[in-house]
Amino acid sequence: MDELCTGLCQILVESGADAGLAQFLSLLVGVLLVSGIPLVTVIVLIWVERKVAARIQDRIGPNRVGPVGLLQTIADMIKLLSKEDITPTAADRVLYNAAPLVSFASVVLIWAVIPFTPFHFGVDLEIGALFFVAIASFGTLAIMVAGWASNNKYALLGAFRVVSLLVSYEVPLVFALLVPVLLAGSMSLLDIVHAQTGMWFVVLSPLAFVIFYVSSQAETGRAPFDLIEAESELVAGFNIEYSGMKFGMFFAAEFLHVFTNGILMALLFFGGWMGPLYYESPLIAFAWLGAKGGLIYFTTLWLRNTVPRLRIDQIMAFNWKFLVPLSIANLIFISLALKVMQELGASPRNLAEAGFVELLPTTVVLLVINGAMTIYLLGLLRKRGQEARRESMAARVPLAQAAAD
Amino acid sequence: MELNAITIGFVVFTIFTLGGGFGVVTTRNLFQGTIWLMVSLFGVAGYFILLSAPFLAAVQILVYIGAIAILITFAVMLTRSVTRIKERYIRIVPSFIGSLLLFLILLFGVTVPIFGSHLPESAPQYVASTRDLGMALVDENGYVVPFLLASVLLTAAMIGAIFIARDEKAKGG
Repeated sequence: MDELCTGLCQILVESGADAGLAQFLSLLVGVLLVSGIPLVTVIVLIWVERKVAARIQDRIGPNRVGPVGLLQTIADMIKLLSKEDITPTAADRVLYNAAPLVSFASVVLIWAVIPFTPFHFGVDLEIGALFFVAIASFGTLAIMVAGWASNNKYALLGAFRVVSLLVSYEVPLVFALLVPVLLAGSMSLLDIVHAQTGMWFVVLSPLAFVIFYVSSQAETGRAPFDLIEAESELVAGFNIEYSGMKFGMFFAAEFLHVFTNGILMALLFFGGWMGPLYYESPLIAFAWLGAKGGLIYFTTLWLRNTVPRLRIDQIMAFNWKFLVPLSIANLIFISLALKVMQELGASPRNLAEAGFVELLPTTVVLLVINGAMTIYLLGLLRKRGQEARRESMAARVPLAQAAAD
Repeated sequence: MELNAITIGFVVFTIFTLGGGFGVVTTRNLFQGTIWLMVSLFGVAGYFILLSAPFLAAVQILVYIGAIAILITFAVMLTRSVTRIKERYIRIVPSFIGSLLLFLILLFGVTVPIFGSHLPESAPQYVASTRDLGMALVDENGYVVPFLLASVLLTAAMIGAIFIARDEKAKGG
């Protein structure tokens, strides 16, 4: 019981409060903070996303409400809140209303295990990484329920497409997630960050990072995997019947999910809060995490606004015929190399206590393996591309002849 | 029974598990039945948390709710008349015998170890880490044989599924 009572709780006890009450209050403050931070962040995120998208498309973006349009989201929120709350007559009332809540909660719950600084986190679960995957599956469920409960064929078709996409891309996501877990020897996010003291995992296995990046882009339904919002094909997809704040919750969940993934990637591959002077103050550590997460978040926005949407069969083929085998091979090679290195004594068994120099041999070997795989893959991709081009050329020749005749 | 957080949690998760199960067998709507099933499975995940097995709880949610239940919803939507099922399963005698047998098996399974020569350690005192679980799975004295057997079985099932789902044309080549 005593070890639970630190920080605010300790101060309260010293100033004469009841121990149980003090513990409850400090836990309550913690819960409110962890769930409150994402809720406030999302307001800013929507503005950032719209502004970045606008700049990439050579527009100005929101610029009327408040300085540089900063208050635009607040105005939008008031609009969404004051709209009529419509539930279609033929909809399944309970499920229809529960789906947006589950969708948003599935994202906010991830923040419970995110360590903001070495000392500030919601909870350090032994199964942190697995918790993230398990919670993310609730998001899939919410979309399925929303699509079905709306009782609209476009919603259902959209939900089908999205769920098949999400379920498929969960596979490479988990395999890529296993690499940091394997390297750190722990599923706790705190341990994973501590294990990167000597070397960031993105250096040890860049391929795992790329796979994680691509599949989380798909998991959040962003271009080139934006089947969720294929406006031209499905009107709006699974959320077509939703309006007002219920639509707003889906919307906010998606925006927050993208940023959450940025933070997660910073934690898993970029050393989280590690950076010059992070040990001086928790604020500096927090700033490092925010900067890294924000940078990754920015690249996802950049990608989203640059590339066109893929067809669903292309997306599925890319996942099952390319990403999944690649992620499995990556995991096997890395675990094998790591074990051999450890047996030979060239690699430290506990990465958290190893410095930069001790990790150099491991880094070089793993980097070489990753580089070799990348070169092989690029060759493979080029061969496939050439074959596809030859086939399409072969199909075009008779057509051209027929047209000439 | 002492009223503490664990007791309250037990009551809540029991309501989830049993209520979900009741929902599954009473609803006339297959899709809602699937959702009730998920509620029930979620309750079981809660039990695992109470028994200090967070790994099993996460796997329960990931595998049962995230994968199996989603697959069931897919299958349900491919069947005709999801919502208005008129037929009732009314063969009382076989159902009665089946449920009685299941109840007896569960009764023996739960009570026999308790009345044995030794009392099992109560779960909250014995905290096994995920690391212990992993070691037990690959330990010669642990569960390495069942683990390998299960892996072989799953691989065989997967190959079988791929073979069944293959194109007729592709089978020749």
